[in-house]
Amino acid sequence: MSTTSLLVIAILILATLGYFLASKRAISTAGGDRRKLHSLPVYYGSNAAMFTAIPALGVLLIWLLAQPMLVERNILSTIPDKLIPEGSSIGLVMSDVRRVADGLEVVVSTGTLSQNETLKLDTEQTDIRALLAGVGAAVGSDVQPEVLKAAQNYRAQTKMGQSWMVLIIVPLALIGFALSVLAAKPTFRARNTVERGILALLVLAASLAILTTIGIVFSMLFESINFFKLHSWTDFFFGGSWAPNFRGDSDLSILPLLWGTIYISIIALIVAVPVGLFAAIYLSEYAGPRVRAFAKPLLEILAGIPTIVYGLFALVTVGPALVRVFGRGQEGLLGLEWMSGATAVLTAGLVMGIMLIPFVSSLSDDIINAVPQSLRDGSLGLGATPSETIRQIVLPAALPGIVGAVLLAASRAIGETMIVVLGAGAIAKFSANPLDAMTTITTRIVSQLTGDTDFASPETLVAFALGLTLFVLTLGLNVIALYIVRKYREQYD
Amino acid sequence: MTDAIQKTEKKKSSLLQLDARTRTRNAAETRFKAYGMIAIAFGLLMLSILVFNIVTRGAGAYQQTFVALEVELLAGKLDEKGDRNLDDIKKVSTFGYTPLLSNALEAKVAELEIETDLKAKKMVGILSKSAAAQVRDYALNNPNQIGETVGFEFLASSRVDGYLKGRVSRDSIGNDKNISPAQLDLADALKAEGSLAKRFNMSFITGSDASDARPEAAGMGTSMIGSFFMMLVVLVLALPIGVAASIYLEEFAPKNWITDIIEVNISNLAAVPSIVFGILGLAVFINYMYLPNSAPLVGGLVLTLMTLPTIIISTRASLKAVPPSIRDAALGVGASKMQSVFHHVLPLAAPGILTGTIIGLAQALGETAPLLLIGMVGFIASNPPDSIATGLLSPNSAMPAQIYEWAKRADPAFYERAWGGIIILLVFLVTMNTVAVILRRRFERRW
Repeated sequence: MSTTSLLVIAILILATLGYFLASKRAISTAGGDRRKLHSLPVYYGSNAAMFTAIPALGVLLIWLLAQPMLVERNILSTIPDKLIPEGSSIGLVMSDVRRVADGLEVVVSTGTLSQNETLKLDTEQTDIRALLAGVGAAVGSDVQPEVLKAAQNYRAQTKMGQSWMVLIIVPLALIGFALSVLAAKPTFRARNTVERGILALLVLAASLAILTTIGIVFSMLFESINFFKLHSWTDFFFGGSWAPNFRGDSDLSILPLLWGTIYISIIALIVAVPVGLFAAIYLSEYAGPRVRAFAKPLLEILAGIPTIVYGLFALVTVGPALVRVFGRGQEGLLGLEWMSGATAVLTAGLVMGIMLIPFVSSLSDDIINAVPQSLRDGSLGLGATPSETIRQIVLPAALPGIVGAVLLAASRAIGETMIVVLGAGAIAKFSANPLDAMTTITTRIVSQLTGDTDFASPETLVAFALGLTLFVLTLGLNVIALYIVRKYREQYD
Repeated sequence: MTDAIQKTEKKKSSLLQLDARTRTRNAAETRFKAYGMIAIAFGLLMLSILVFNIVTRGAGAYQQTFVALEVELLAGKLDEKGDRNLDDIKKVSTFGYTPLLSNALEAKVAELEIETDLKAKKMVGILSKSAAAQVRDYALNNPNQIGETVGFEFLASSRVDGYLKGRVSRDSIGNDKNISPAQLDLADALKAEGSLAKRFNMSFITGSDASDARPEAAGMGTSMIGSFFMMLVVLVLALPIGVAASIYLEEFAPKNWITDIIEVNISNLAAVPSIVFGILGLAVFINYMYLPNSAPLVGGLVLTLMTLPTIIISTRASLKAVPPSIRDAALGVGASKMQSVFHHVLPLAAPGILTGTIIGLAQALGETAPLLLIGMVGFIASNPPDSIATGLLSPNSAMPAQIYEWAKRADPAFYERAWGGIIILLVFLVTMNTVAVILRRRFERRW
């Protein structure tokens, strides 16, 4: 069992002990009369458990996150440049070091060698690779002496870090334990302290949302900065072609991808907005309660289907069906030769449109329902037909909200991944033909970040710049949409 | 007055006969209503096409063609020394077992008096490539059976299976080097004699993925376990964190700019594309914290971050639905604010919170894009994990990622499995959503 899990178990046992000791002590200091206590005995116990466990566990967590980074930084500075093979990077060497160190750890724990023997290991005398393979740790190539030395350093520093961790955390838990048990007296306001502690935990949970956003922005920002150090930003934003080449010197411009993304989204919206809007109008203005109770949930099933299903639907069903209509020359339905492969802008756009129908319709439904009935009654009372009322009264009143809904749908379409990965193709180009295969930002992120990736090459790092652009784009659309929707709702509240 | 009336030309108007303008207006009305109906019909039509597609294309994956053969486990080939030493038997690779299969097929053909000009080596082509491994496993587990004749049921190769299901025809295999018309004739003959038949294929539900050459052996089981561990992580992390965050925002947070920022943040996070969460997971959990690639733990963490906003939004709605009088009553009899929330408001909001959590989990279960970036594809997990720790940390796939993997292989036999996998995925989603609806109907209180 590792040091960390032992430590966690020890802290938890101490906390449980503290709980019982403190509640006992509170009652006994009150002379057995619990009415003299400020709080219920449970609170004295919880207070002790809280002060024993939470500071210790918190420090442990921070330590576990920080230590590998610090050790790594130390080791990185000792690795000589000549160790980095041609076409490789310091990151790959470092992962070798880590693998060797982990392997040595296993060697010691299985008892193949003792701790001291591993320190004396020498690449000249022992075949480290075979030794590690013997315990099930695979190393890609033969172990260089410098790597072995770095790995030994890595192990030594990790060990030292762990001993310091125990030396700091155990006293911390003990101090918390002693202080909180001693504090368990009738005059101590245990409930207030415990509640303040719980409140702090609640605040922490709520701020995780902010932390996630910060994490998203920074994880992409740092790698994007690395990307722009390797690749000119003018080419990324204003270049004309996308041609990644893993030997280097690639054309990495976002414009062709952006064009594909926007084209597909526009087709999706052309399908989804009229259908969704008319469905919402019919359901909210014409349909009786029975039709509504039947059709609305059925339409919303479309929203609950995972996008991978739509992706496969595009690739296997819709794409070939479109090819049968627009392609295959004389064998096709129209005798045309316009479409050669199943993956195309139209394929992905149509399927994405189907996916977005319930999204548009349920948002518009809410908005149309929010238009006050008095407006409709006034118009109908003046002799307008229901459709005239809808077109001239209800829709203009609901327009800002509908625009917001369409913007939200657009942001969904831009960020959608699985449908375009399977249905849109992989060719980056500017073309106005909807039957051509084209590619999008999300597809390229997936293809640049899957498979063998090297986080020092611009071809991989470009995915982070693409991700950041996508994030900014969708965030902008969402903020505008939410602003419009919110502002509009206030009018009738 | 009378003059004035007489002077204006009398407009022909009748309640029984509509004038032109009313007719156009009524026609416009009918048209408008028809557009609405067409829109709904279009949506429902698409839904039914989709469902029809899934069911018809996926049902095939649950049926598989099997060939029944009696294989003689030749002692001379498997255990030359004859002492049944397991280490010696292990030395015979699956290649050593192929002749046994061709012998068995040859014997079968002779027994049933089927006429074929195929060589025995070619006959084996109608069997799955996993057949030899199946015999080997049997021999290793039952070394005392070596020398005996044992009855086996082998998977037929995917082409033969497709032929029985109508996916492969004699015309379509012109350039296919994996199957020849003569082999299909053999399959037909075996089918007529009853040794080759389709039956329910349990191993699609319980088995694990197989390599490109053996679509007939691929199954969803292992990826279901991967999905299960991810959902476990999501449940354990997202539920408490989401509920804690909602309680703070709904019950305790002062109205100030920090709270505003958190609220705007949460509603924006709910609309961030899922692939961005994948990039976050790759950068933070794998590149920065060195958590293992492809592990359900990492997938679960990414999906937790993705589901949190959904859970927070629905939990806040159900906390809001608890009337203030409950809080006031608790405070009135001397409870602290914290006690009123945890002892009274939270239990009353629990059904709503649970419903929201189940819906969030269902959404996470079907999510694919972030899993691609943390490496949960392109990996064949062969063995189910043996403990919770390995389940969380050893590489695995997940149901939607497995479906994507099959869809990418561009082989009709794998498409069939992808649709079959979708059926399993949808069964899970429908069950979860039904449970959520039932929970809401049964326990939600209207105040």
